[in-house]
Amino acid sequence: MGRMTELPTKGGFSFDLCTRNDMLLKNGLQMPPFRKTGTTIVGLVFQDGVVLGADTRATEGPIVADKNFEKIHFMAPNIYCCGAGTAADTEAVTDMVSSQLQLHRYATGRESRVVTALTLLKSHLFSYQGHVSAALVLGGFDVTGPHLHTVYPHGSTDTLPFATMGSGSLAAMSVFESKYREGLTREEGIELVAEAICAGIFNDLGSGSNVDVCVITEGKTEYLRNYQLPNPRTYISSKGYTFVKGQTEVLSTKITSIQPKVEAVEGGDAMEE
Amino acid sequence: MALRGDWMYENNGGTCVAIAGIDYCVVAADTRLSVGYNILTRDHSKICSLADKVVLASSGFQGDIRALHKNLAARHLLYQHQHNKQMSCPAMGQLLSNTLYYKRFFPYYAFNVLGGLDNEGKGCVFTYDAVGSYERVGYSAQGSGSSLIMPVLDNQLKSPSPLLLPARDAVTPLSETEAVDLVKDVFASATERDIYTGDKLEIVVINASGIKREYLELRKD
Repeated sequence: MGRMTELPTKGGFSFDLCTRNDMLLKNGLQMPPFRKTGTTIVGLVFQDGVVLGADTRATEGPIVADKNFEKIHFMAPNIYCCGAGTAADTEAVTDMVSSQLQLHRYATGRESRVVTALTLLKSHLFSYQGHVSAALVLGGFDVTGPHLHTVYPHGSTDTLPFATMGSGSLAAMSVFESKYREGLTREEGIELVAEAICAGIFNDLGSGSNVDVCVITEGKTEYLRNYQLPNPRTYISSKGYTFVKGQTEVLSTKITSIQPKVEAVEGGDAMEE
Repeated sequence: MALRGDWMYENNGGTCVAIAGIDYCVVAADTRLSVGYNILTRDHSKICSLADKVVLASSGFQGDIRALHKNLAARHLLYQHQHNKQMSCPAMGQLLSNTLYYKRFFPYYAFNVLGGLDNEGKGCVFTYDAVGSYERVGYSAQGSGSSLIMPVLDNQLKSPSPLLLPARDAVTPLSETEAVDLVKDVFASATERDIYTGDKLEIVVINASGIKREYLELRKD
């Protein structure tokens, strides 16, 4: 055994390019902006399970990049996760843990538990030291009952009866703190979640468009995509727009014909050398 | 937002548009006032009536904008006392430019669009940068949604290229109702994609019979 045994793969980022990135920034490079979700996401526990809610606006700075973005991600048939922060990070981390949970289900032969998803998420986020900017509201119903957790980008978690995250979290939390009580019915729970998301949609500029809701109970999950659409377009011109050819002003024209390329083919296949 | 002790400005967002027609001028602005991700009010006018035939719409830092409008209104009153007549739109255009350049080294954080009728009764629009560089144009948009709106106006109002000779008139041949319809549609579109634009649209139309005001509800999210 002359060769050194291979080191086990290390988790976390490789920081090899940090010096080079610093140099580029000093020389005036503009880093491209991340697409953040702005966002209002909420979750609450009611008498039969959990209800999750989210708005549908994805922003790139002051511009709306997607007016109907899905922020409630599938983790397992009985577990869903709302994501706020950098869109790519929330997508990647929830997809990854969802796959890990499926493999775990096959290995154990059992339904996934919310604490499993929680542990997988928090250990991944902690190992990236907060660089993976994903703030999550994780909810589900397993053999031990209904569960609701929040996960922060640095890897800390909370277990709560009701939770809000994202730039609209304060607006949504004001609704929950006023109106939440234990033992809500399904209809009351959905209504409260929708009201909290609407508070975020109308009072926070980073959140907007529609309300998505997900209800998870024992043995049944209902993903209510676009549960409410409180923001229709207010005006559309009846005249419409036509774009005829030649609308772009042509100031001058110069035509250069392409010279045919003369190929000198010598004997033999170039690739063989 | 204001975390540094020496940062004197704040951007309150919003968008302003003006379109000049043959015998009218349309000036419009949304009524949302915001700071960061918060809305301060949904009902704040960015439009100031300076003279009979002159209307100014400004977006940017509302503290500076209030001061600027007050300054111009006072100067207009002085002009009326000294010359016994209202200021014309081109005259007000020059006054605004001078007022802005006066504060070249501590500027008004205001992005202005001046609209009205010139001495011949034709539509007149002037567009400004923050320190007073101005130009008479056929139409303009300023503010957070300006980069969303200008390309659409460029396409629809068929601005002749300034490179063509002889120079062609920039005012649009559209009727007043068509221009107002275009403004409403263009703001509804900007509201969809710009988080700082929305709530309500205030539309002011200036023509020979005076100044008329109209409102349109916009998305409130």
